[in-house]
Amino acid sequence: MGASYVNAEAGETELLPDVSSINQVTESVCRVTEQPAPKGWWMLFVPSLALLGLLIACIGYLVTVGTGTWGNNSPVAWAWDITNFVWWIGIGHAGTLISAVLFLFRQKWRTSINRFAEAMTIFAVMCAGIYPALHTGRPWFDYYMFPLPNQMQMWPNFKSPLMWDIFAVSTYFTISLLFWYTGLIPDLATLRDRSKNTFRRAVYGFFALGWRGSNRHWQHYERAYLILAAISTPLVLSVHSIVSFDFATSVIYGWHTTIFPPYFVAGAVFSGFALVMTLLLVTRSVFKLYDLVTLKHLELMNKFILGTAWLVGYAYAMEFFVAWYSGNEYEQFVFLNNRLNPFEAPYWWSYWAMVICNVIIPQVYWWKRMRTSIPVMFVVSIFVNIGMWFERFVIIVTSLHRDFLPSAWGVFHPTWVDICMYLGTFGLFMSAFLLFIRWIPMIAIAEVKMVLPFAQPQHAPAVVLSEELQDAHAQKTALAAG
Amino acid sequence: MQIFPREINLLGKVVATVAFLGLVATVFVFWYYFSPKNLQVGYAPKQPVPYSHRLHAGELGIDCRYCHSNVEEAAHAVIPPTQTCMGCHAVIKTESKRLEPVRASWESGEPIRWVRVHRLPDHSYFNHASHVNVGVGCVSCHGRIDKMEVVYQAEPVGMGWCLDCHRNPEPNLRPVAEVTNMDWVRPADWSPDLSAVNPPEHCSGCHR
Repeated sequence: MGASYVNAEAGETELLPDVSSINQVTESVCRVTEQPAPKGWWMLFVPSLALLGLLIACIGYLVTVGTGTWGNNSPVAWAWDITNFVWWIGIGHAGTLISAVLFLFRQKWRTSINRFAEAMTIFAVMCAGIYPALHTGRPWFDYYMFPLPNQMQMWPNFKSPLMWDIFAVSTYFTISLLFWYTGLIPDLATLRDRSKNTFRRAVYGFFALGWRGSNRHWQHYERAYLILAAISTPLVLSVHSIVSFDFATSVIYGWHTTIFPPYFVAGAVFSGFALVMTLLLVTRSVFKLYDLVTLKHLELMNKFILGTAWLVGYAYAMEFFVAWYSGNEYEQFVFLNNRLNPFEAPYWWSYWAMVICNVIIPQVYWWKRMRTSIPVMFVVSIFVNIGMWFERFVIIVTSLHRDFLPSAWGVFHPTWVDICMYLGTFGLFMSAFLLFIRWIPMIAIAEVKMVLPFAQPQHAPAVVLSEELQDAHAQKTALAAG
Repeated sequence: MQIFPREINLLGKVVATVAFLGLVATVFVFWYYFSPKNLQVGYAPKQPVPYSHRLHAGELGIDCRYCHSNVEEAAHAVIPPTQTCMGCHAVIKTESKRLEPVRASWESGEPIRWVRVHRLPDHSYFNHASHVNVGVGCVSCHGRIDKMEVVYQAEPVGMGWCLDCHRNPEPNLRPVAEVTNMDWVRPADWSPDLSAVNPPEHCSGCHR
């Protein structure tokens, strides 16, 4: 490759060294949707569908019998339901960060993983949405949450952060979906044009919205994509800030802190990157996408994980500092006793699990060997996901279980419905995700091509004149000069 | 190769318009047709005895409290027992065929199964006494009972309807002595003492 668009002096290296032609990108991405699914795909899809069935059964049972089938009860009125909600919605944030923020910062490496992460966002928000919708107890009255005219003259309470949550999450879902779909249009047109049968061509053609790749189309597309990126960027910060207001605006010790919004956003990006990593490693090996998702991409993601691990670690430390510095003994009780103390508090182990998974284990990424080792990053990404689940559990359950009156103290135990529903959301997530990688280009073909050296203006045109023509050209030049 | 005809470009606009109008229409249908105003007003069940409020309360002028005797003390306005009917009908119209079920009940001790007209849901708490004792007239909620041959539901008795009065009670207030008067018209020189009424507007005022 004679291209010099990478600045070698500044230490830049070729992003995708194993891609030798533009067509190779189209081929490796499109063949996934065109060839029969590999065994690995079926091995994941069948259990995912089974878990999805479990989720549907659990929801049916929960709606029929009531939320009493969950383990939540006074004083722990929120438990796994809201833990899982915050966990899933947090996971979505990596998608938006990768697709929007890194786009605005012109981070070229995002192109290999953004489609993937955006899809993850959408499916994670779908899983998250199940919990708040069902925890109301009577989901058929959920329309009360929308400002609809009704004879009861009821109107949503816009002073409630739970209300802000509805709008934040539904805006987030809508914008993420639009952003994802807009990016997909040129690639769907590629699939349409490669289709061998009419049905396939009609389906992809329908969703490609008549894309012909004209100059005008590209201009509109680039503009729309930029605008959506600009709309999505504040959402990275706002959605999880508002989720954190559900806690921060209350008067529960352990919840009522101003550090929550940035702390939640950092944790969300942290867990999102970890889940992108877990899924990417599996998909990359099942579909052999080593040339498009290189170790360099994975290493960069691991640096993000290390960075955000320090952000959440800082937040954990700051909570203790504030508990001490405020001199508020109730705040101190929550942190020193309920969270740390193995002799007094029933949930001390969850706090320590959180610190080990989220702060201590990611420190291995200080070493390049660890950052570039596939088994290490797979294990670490799973630990981070576990740790981030525990973070939400710690915040919600340990703050609630010791109520203001010691006589009202209680301990939460999950029921089988809690456990099966959590497993079931994995079924929903994985089923949707596997269908996505099977039928939709999981890597943004057009965007990857834009960062290849062949697409750069500095790249020498690959026009090789035949000897005959070269002679003719030389004669012409000589004549003109003479 | 052309897969779709040119006209398909209209599809997006059509879908967006239909979806928007569909949403508006759905909200309207629920707001208008599923409201108590549409579903409940005019409900007039057939009663086991052809009792006429028009005759008793209107023509004869019997006070509401003669039969519904406890409205000033209790949350629930009593449906009179057979004994109340027989207080008069033991001596008046003793042979009337229309009073046959009342005499049968009197002899057997089986109560008459009147059909309830105004039914509030279980999750709303309503107290007759606290309304009657501050001067909310019977007619405000029950309509012109003195003109009804068969009692029907005159008002929606839904949450929004309750709140209309709780937010602005003045038009429905009158001197406590006039509460059962169906013909009362507010004199120009009278105004209610609003400091004596304090209708709740918070959730647990009615949903306890």
